[in-house]
Amino acid sequence: MIQFLLKGLLRDHSRSLFPLLIVATGAMLTVFLHAYMNGFITITIQSTAHYTTGHVRVMTDAYAKEAGQVPNDLALLRIDTLLGELRQRFPDILWTPRIKFGGLLDIPDEQGETRAQAPVFGMALRLLSSDSPESRILNIQNSVVKGRLPQKRGEILIADDLAEKLAVRAGETGTLISSTMNGSMAVVNFTIAGTVRFGIAAMDRGTVIADLADIQQTLDMEQGAGEILGFFQDDLYHEDRANMVTSEFNFRYNNPRDEFSPIMGTLRTQSGLADYLDLVDAYSSIIIGIFVIAMSIVLWNTGLTGSLRRYGEIGVRLAIGEDKGHVYRSMMAESLMIGFAGSFLGTAIGLAIAYYLQVHGIDFGSMLRGSTMMMSNVIRAQITPFSFVIGFVPGMLATFLGTAISGIGIYRRQTSQLFKELEA
Amino acid sequence: MFSENKISVSRMIIHGRRESRTLEAKSWQRGTSDSFTEYLAPAREKGTKMLKLGGQLWTYSPSTDRTIMISGHMLRQSVMGSDLSYEDMMEDPHLPNLYSANVSSEETLNGRDCWILDLTAKKEDIAYHSRKVWVDKSRYVILKENLYAKTGKLLKTLEVREVMRVQNRWAAKSALYKDVLKQGEGTEFFVDSIAFDTNIPDHLLSKAALRR
Repeated sequence: MIQFLLKGLLRDHSRSLFPLLIVATGAMLTVFLHAYMNGFITITIQSTAHYTTGHVRVMTDAYAKEAGQVPNDLALLRIDTLLGELRQRFPDILWTPRIKFGGLLDIPDEQGETRAQAPVFGMALRLLSSDSPESRILNIQNSVVKGRLPQKRGEILIADDLAEKLAVRAGETGTLISSTMNGSMAVVNFTIAGTVRFGIAAMDRGTVIADLADIQQTLDMEQGAGEILGFFQDDLYHEDRANMVTSEFNFRYNNPRDEFSPIMGTLRTQSGLADYLDLVDAYSSIIIGIFVIAMSIVLWNTGLTGSLRRYGEIGVRLAIGEDKGHVYRSMMAESLMIGFAGSFLGTAIGLAIAYYLQVHGIDFGSMLRGSTMMMSNVIRAQITPFSFVIGFVPGMLATFLGTAISGIGIYRRQTSQLFKELEA
Repeated sequence: MFSENKISVSRMIIHGRRESRTLEAKSWQRGTSDSFTEYLAPAREKGTKMLKLGGQLWTYSPSTDRTIMISGHMLRQSVMGSDLSYEDMMEDPHLPNLYSANVSSEETLNGRDCWILDLTAKKEDIAYHSRKVWVDKSRYVILKENLYAKTGKLLKTLEVREVMRVQNRWAAKSALYKDVLKQGEGTEFFVDSIAFDTNIPDHLLSKAALRR
């Protein structure tokens, strides 16, 4: 029976080609869109974790409430003790302290007068420690455009775009003007070791990367840090574990009556990412749902057209005594075959396009020029095991539904009218 | 009431959310537009100098041997973490140049009879659009001041706690300056010594003096 139907589909292209193309197109779009949105979400989570929140983040209660303003006067102090305890209690997480700061980078001329000046956003991290995970987390080595990584105290990296704007080269001196944690003016000379480009518009506009110890000294924050970030070893965000660690930490360390007691938050609960991820998830489901519905309507229409075109054939089959149910079932079987073949073809093409975009990505850099979001300029697709099956759901369902609805017409045919219709 | 020149040594106690810090400075002021300040303590700030010449302000950092001009948005930053901004430092202390005034009422403040003056800015680009000032009727010294934004929002307050008589003039000896938008208990000022109408050499009020 299946072989018979298959032969029919292969020999009569008008029966199979158009539905197959539609199913393949739908499945391809579903697979591609799913993989691309998946990549978008993953990149957003990764960028946010790497540059802003970590998978979990420890701050003082007071700092956490104003974290957007980077209030270093409310920073964590005596972090070595806290870091030791975190590493002992939660050894499956990599803990690393950071200080974010704002200020001006002033480039002097030969007389020591200002030659060029620009506002900067700074990030201080353990750059010079051999056991620091920062270089790997931020991919700093591969982000260096000119010069080299800092090798000793007093050296910094600056964004390549900023270096061009200030007309400064690696090896020159820049004066960082900022505020200490007490609010005094901090003025310190640094040697620019190299320039970096992270591929994130918000970072590439005016970032300064410095060693934590240098900035602790500059900002009068000995043994202090704005935040301690925690990263899971596999660099993937595990929500359940993050929630568990956060609850345990806050129960033990947070004191609601002390605004300087440490408090931990998860990636999801910080920076408003929870709402954002829920929104993206919802949109992703809506888009795929719309595809299934739209394809079902198109295939229903195709089924109707096919039924009209096959009106005579169905009439003859009924007239020679074929059972209506049998005709209906055979058409359903045909639709499943077309659905399977179309879904297979569409999934293959969708995966191929997604793979290309997983490797190359699409650069939205020009559109993100003024963006403050910690999001990569290049958005890549991401193929997951689910990408291999997601195209089959709309592909099979749409053809099946389309034929099932249009095929109902078979039961409305009157046997007494068949010969009259065939004579006509 | 303005002397041509004055030299003062003062202390500033900054009450932050976490701790309090004391800074000591010596200032040379020529008229209402030029001044030179050198910080004497604590050790971290010692040797930091500030020079104001008319509408321009420079700061010198001894650790970097750099002279930085403070302009633009930096003027709104706090001076050494206090409740005072660089913009406040830059302001012409001769208020009639900036504001039109009228006496709105009278009040007794800390046992002193005062006029309450409502000051309204004469021009737009000014840090505080209006002020309410309590002036001692007999000593002609400001005892209290509220500073407001254009919207009428209170931004800062000044409360003079003690006055002193020096060379036949009354001057504030201690005061509390408070940025009401900041948490903390404000910044206390203490004038340890002040001398009016002294000779200030021209070379002191120059950029070259910053690196000396």
